[in-house]
Amino acid sequence: MIVKIVSEKFDIPNSHTLKIAKEHGAYSALNTALSKSPEDIINIITESGLRGKGGGGAPTGTKWSLMPKKSDKPHYLIINGDESEPGTFKDRQILQYDPHLLIEGIIISAYAINAHEAYIYIRGEYKFFIDRFQEAINEAYAANILGNNSTLSHKVNITIHRGAGAYICGEKTALIESLEGKRGHPRLKPKRPEPEYYFGNPATVNNVETIATVPFIVENGASAYRQYGTEKSPGTMLFALSGHINNPGIYEMTYGSSLVEFINEIGGGVKNGKKLKAVIPGGASTPVLKADENLACIMLDYESMRSAGSALGTGGAIIMDEDTDMVEALKNLLEFYHHESCGQCTPCREGSGWVDNIVGAILDGVAQEKDLDTLLDVAKTMNGKTICVFAPAVAGVIEGFLKNFREEFENYISEGRFVKSPVEAIAEASCQTSLE
Amino acid sequence: MNTFAFTPKNEEKFSNILKKYPHPQSLMLPSLWLVQEQEGFISTDAMEYIATKIEVAPIEVYRVVTFYTMFNLEKIAPYHIEVCKTLSCKLCGQDEILKYIEEKTVNSDKFKISKVECMGACGGAPMMTLNGVYHENLTTSKVDEILREIK
Repeated sequence: MIVKIVSEKFDIPNSHTLKIAKEHGAYSALNTALSKSPEDIINIITESGLRGKGGGGAPTGTKWSLMPKKSDKPHYLIINGDESEPGTFKDRQILQYDPHLLIEGIIISAYAINAHEAYIYIRGEYKFFIDRFQEAINEAYAANILGNNSTLSHKVNITIHRGAGAYICGEKTALIESLEGKRGHPRLKPKRPEPEYYFGNPATVNNVETIATVPFIVENGASAYRQYGTEKSPGTMLFALSGHINNPGIYEMTYGSSLVEFINEIGGGVKNGKKLKAVIPGGASTPVLKADENLACIMLDYESMRSAGSALGTGGAIIMDEDTDMVEALKNLLEFYHHESCGQCTPCREGSGWVDNIVGAILDGVAQEKDLDTLLDVAKTMNGKTICVFAPAVAGVIEGFLKNFREEFENYISEGRFVKSPVEAIAEASCQTSLE
Repeated sequence: MNTFAFTPKNEEKFSNILKKYPHPQSLMLPSLWLVQEQEGFISTDAMEYIATKIEVAPIEVYRVVTFYTMFNLEKIAPYHIEVCKTLSCKLCGQDEILKYIEEKTVNSDKFKISKVECMGACGGAPMMTLNGVYHENLTTSKVDEILREIK
């Protein structure tokens, strides 16, 4: 179901300017927010069940409550706008069409965690969106909404930090390393939950869309947000469609919406009237789903995706039609991971090249049947033995393709070329089997 | 002798950015962007210059420059076309677009063509950038239009 919370102003002409944004309610949540205590705001966000929208889906309120209550060190709010997961292009819409909503969210979130400095890390390729967001920041400074001369009781400065082309900097600790002027190498994870640290000072890292959701929740209350979505995945998310689809784009929908309906009704179905073969549901790093009778049972929320053997990720779905060569598709993704592995951990650095080469050998017609077992064996070695979740994600991608399309890989090896496998049209009928 | 220095304008920009961070080391990426905007690429002289300014060893700057794909280590052609090759663009005909662009620019040294990983424009696949500006939903005639404006 389409519900517009974050995307409410996307269709209004010039919604990115302060004047138009204010006419449509921008910054109206600030008074409510600043009249409450920071603890109250954290409580509201916790009650709302808001989950991080960058891919992991961690509860935002819990993350904020990790920030120390009493500390003489400065606190930092860091916003992740690195958006590099293939299939994902949602945060740029917020930067382009409603930057003031994001600024409003930053002010409230910074207040909640007692930060006066906010850094937003935006991928380097997004020059246009960086410039657009900087214009909005400049307007907000001029109107004394931001900065040390702000008329608000809580002063916030926002600085855009431009990335320079490294997928891994979307990993929050790699992002902080990069912000500290280093290579984007993810950090070891602590044993117990604790905040992140920017030059040794407590920091929180949140995704752009997560922060842009905060004003609605604070203004309207936790239950207003909880009326949408499911018990465990409340609210809405900017879902995306790309690949073989008639209407690619970004659509804000409630969690728990049907994946098949999303593709067929909102997305207008598969391009050129072809049949659906496969869906990568939440960005390239989520395991591929096969279009079979189970697909109709899969909903767009964290729990349903997990029980279907995949993940909701960033909500960016890549659609593949009946003629898609799955060996070529996997090779394409593995080239991406091979290029983007940061090189810090051996299983990932070596493994991502190795798996790329094996699938390359299949495409070149020089592979043997046993290479598929080697592929899975390398994938297994990549899983759970590295500092960050990059390598486990690659393993999941490989396992997803082989679980669902192993026959196609075997045929490719024996024939030395792509052999099209028949694809059943999935019935429009509602879900027949129930997933555990 | 070090041949690189910021222009006075960039020197001023650098000082302004310096005020925004708790530690000069955070200016690594911002100052490298200033260098690249000024020179088009990042020379070893520029790396040494930046190292002094942000109080790190020159090797640290080199480590960073060679990690991030958007930094050029040498001067590149005036028109840089980047064609996204990742899955959504691939599914939507990136191969033909790339081949077409390569054919159209083959006899010109004004162009550098790069195949790059996902640029976050999957809804507008296939896509390319020309000197950083996004062009989405490409067709061969759209490519013609873009190239015609250059020539």
